[in-house]
Amino acid sequence: MEAPALVLDAVHKRFRQGKQAVEAIKGLSVQVQSGRITGLLGPDGAGKTTLMRLAAALLLPDAGAVRVLGHDSRHEAAAIQRDIGYMPQRFGLYEDLSVQENLALYADLQGLDATQRAARFDELLRLTALGPFGKRRAGDLSGGMKQKLGLACALLRAPRLLLLDEPTVGVDPISRRELWSIIKAMRAQGVTVLVSTAYLDEAELCDDIVLLHRGELLAQQSPEAFYAPLVGHCYSVRHPALRRRQLQEVLRSRAGVVDALVQADGVRVVLQGKQPLAQVGEDWQPVPPRFEDAFVSLLATDGESVAQAGAGVDATPVLQGNAQGIRPAAVSLDLRLRGNDGGEQGTAPVIEVHELRRFFGSFEAVKSVEFSVQRGEVFGLLGANGAGKSTTFRMLCGLLPASSGTLRVAGMDLRTARAAARARIGYVSQRFSLYGNLSVAQNLAFFASAYGLGGARRKARLDWAQREFELTAYLDAGAAELPLGFKQRLALACALMHEPSILFLDEPTSGVDPLARREFWQRINHLAESGVTVMITTHFMDEAEYCDHLVLMSLGEILAFGSPQEIRARVKTAAMPDPSMEDAFIGLIQAHEAQTRRAA
Amino acid sequence: MNRQRLRGLVRKEFLQILRDPSAIAIAFVLPVFLLLLFGYGVSLDAHHVPLAVVVDQPTAQTSNFIGGLQQSDFFDPRHYPTIGAARTALMQRQVTGIVWLRGDFSRDMLAGKTAPVAVWVDGVDANNANILLGYLQGMWQNWLQLQADQAGQPLAIPVVAESRIWFNPALRSRDFLVPGLIAVIMTLIGALLTALVVAREWERGTMEALMASPVTMGEILLGKLVPYFVLGMGGMLLSVAMAVWLFAVPLVGSFWLLLACSALFLLVALGMGLLISTLAKNQFVAAQVAVIVTFLPAFILSGFIFDIHSMPAVVQFLTHIVAARYYVAILQTLFLAGNVWPVVLTNSAALALMALIFFGIARRKSRKRLD
Repeated sequence: MEAPALVLDAVHKRFRQGKQAVEAIKGLSVQVQSGRITGLLGPDGAGKTTLMRLAAALLLPDAGAVRVLGHDSRHEAAAIQRDIGYMPQRFGLYEDLSVQENLALYADLQGLDATQRAARFDELLRLTALGPFGKRRAGDLSGGMKQKLGLACALLRAPRLLLLDEPTVGVDPISRRELWSIIKAMRAQGVTVLVSTAYLDEAELCDDIVLLHRGELLAQQSPEAFYAPLVGHCYSVRHPALRRRQLQEVLRSRAGVVDALVQADGVRVVLQGKQPLAQVGEDWQPVPPRFEDAFVSLLATDGESVAQAGAGVDATPVLQGNAQGIRPAAVSLDLRLRGNDGGEQGTAPVIEVHELRRFFGSFEAVKSVEFSVQRGEVFGLLGANGAGKSTTFRMLCGLLPASSGTLRVAGMDLRTARAAARARIGYVSQRFSLYGNLSVAQNLAFFASAYGLGGARRKARLDWAQREFELTAYLDAGAAELPLGFKQRLALACALMHEPSILFLDEPTSGVDPLARREFWQRINHLAESGVTVMITTHFMDEAEYCDHLVLMSLGEILAFGSPQEIRARVKTAAMPDPSMEDAFIGLIQAHEAQTRRAA
Repeated sequence: MNRQRLRGLVRKEFLQILRDPSAIAIAFVLPVFLLLLFGYGVSLDAHHVPLAVVVDQPTAQTSNFIGGLQQSDFFDPRHYPTIGAARTALMQRQVTGIVWLRGDFSRDMLAGKTAPVAVWVDGVDANNANILLGYLQGMWQNWLQLQADQAGQPLAIPVVAESRIWFNPALRSRDFLVPGLIAVIMTLIGALLTALVVAREWERGTMEALMASPVTMGEILLGKLVPYFVLGMGGMLLSVAMAVWLFAVPLVGSFWLLLACSALFLLVALGMGLLISTLAKNQFVAAQVAVIVTFLPAFILSGFIFDIHSMPAVVQFLTHIVAARYYVAILQTLFLAGNVWPVVLTNSAALALMALIFFGIARRKSRKRLD
């Protein structure tokens, strides 16, 4: 067997963060085998990026040793950097330079001579399908294309070890598939790949998984070995009367349930035991486990107690961190109330969009878009990078004026009563617009003032925010130092301070780890059940399943509108009897793009 | 040092400069703007200063004296009937000074006594007031001399100051401002622009990708130095051309010596820029630091506008660590006085020392690491 490409031996790495020293890597020993794809996974702050930088010899260990392709990173950094390809999380493309010029720069830096260069450029441009865009500036490429160009730059000199730090963050499903086919092509050429990711479905494409938690190794094995202990623990549950989100809430609070997730036509459940916990009216079908189930069961409990790999599944109450978030009593009360309504939402639309257009110069970013959203719905806006969904979203929030068309939000015309409409909406931007150097309490107080809350109402809302989002323990902490999951909670609390009837969320879960995403969706479901309309954009296709309705956009037009089930049904064929949301997304968009190209 | 890698970095840097409007603004637009402003707009000379003239009893002597004022390029005399009216005009800032020839002017003068001339000067702008007083005194003395000569009598003043102005006989402030401005412009390109573009690489994450490639830190630094050295020398040539051809500033000394000294100063400025960028890794901080520690001192403490010898001792001492001070001394000497070797050599030695120090620290501080 070949020597491992990367060896970490009892590595420690500390950083200074303000006055504190944070230990990012705590005595980690890992080996990455040659010629395979190794996935690096773990929640936020697990030490993934630090490990990548240690492997690229951009950081040196405080203790222990890092050996890359047989070279010690302390003394032979130059030799390491000659043989690796490294793609940082925010890949350093020069945005003022064209695709060709970026490639030429990295070819010079990696010492490719003129003869090798032409052939290698051709091959990489074909592999990444960037050929037609050679003259385009990197800054004008879509997010997915930028990532592919970054990957091409890292691959110019056929590295022996390829280090990819979250290459698919913020990238649409089509581009993700393309990136992965490039990664697999590299493996076929004998390149060793170490790739970190926040998408758990991508983990199943790896040969080997390194699972980190708080700077320590939780487990290293194949994805199959991770979920093998869970065979027989996983079920798909359906209920004829309850909507899927309601069913999920019911199942989640049931004792013995580790994880409950809306998926396809039902709710996917992972149990501590193997016996189905079926109640009247529910239909339980066994399903095979997947990596995500193992990830959640391993990490939901405290890291230390599950260090013995798969054993954790049967140990201790799991998901305790999540379950606190929502009071089951409140939820069931809500359900009963809704039951009296007949379980349906009111009929008057809260958002109405009619022939909405937006031009940037002569470019039509949004082409005559129409849809409406009912009260209390979770409504998803999906699309590839550059499909016009961010533009549509900004027009709905009143951040960008429409070129033409009508836009009614909460009964008010956004073109004439923008300020009044804004008082009725809450908005959480992709980067959580918080004041990093103010404390949690100061942030809450500021947003309360910004929304003009005073007196008793102000006090009541501030109390509510602390209680509902469990921020009391963090009130004096600086917002910038909060863990990402808490930043998200705080951002949500600030956006809800004035009790808006509509909540806009722009990719709120991008870069957030799977556990924090679950907790986040639990809150969103709870809000929707209490009558708040939620409008959301996301790149995670599994999250699209939470939506009551969604629109799928491509090239500025609406491709599909309907419930997740209806949209999935549109791509159902004999060859693909049970398509996932991602299959539907890719199928519909590719068909539309091909059609547009033929017409052009 | 690998030629191919260096060439790649330098080419990239030039492409970025050409495509980035803010780099072009700092490298070309701002220098031209500053040159035009200082060449045409700012003048420290007194020219056509509005002056109130009050003559109580017009006589041959008084009109002779006033005639002298009128012929002077420095003054723009206006007649006021009474001293009261003149004072009001001074209060309203319609005039900058008052010359009052009292009723007994002619009588006293003819009697050989000191003829009293009262002069008021608006002291709000102290610098201007001093210049104005000096001119008036000089003018008064000349006139007295002339009168004495005509009368065939020796002047009753025991000592006559005979002043001669060297190096800038025309006393045009433009002639020393414009050469000094070259130091400011080169600081702008060498330190501010360089610090900004390196900080931008950190901000956009391009530095991390560069560092993980086989390129060496020396190559990264040199890849920044070469383009901005070329740009800085271009800015300097542009400034010299505008100085000589547009503003008719004489270049008395050697052009080649000027070029060599400028190259040396530019190295110091680039060294400062690189040093700042190793410490400040975002553009906002880099810009603040560069403006405060390089640009403002080059403006205020270099002797470009304000004379170093008239500063308080502590500030004078401080100017020794301002690189632009040595370069401004060289510039003003080469432009106005010629190749005065002792001045050029001592100041160049100081610049060379500073260049060595800055590059030494920048090279030491920049390692191919992220922590």
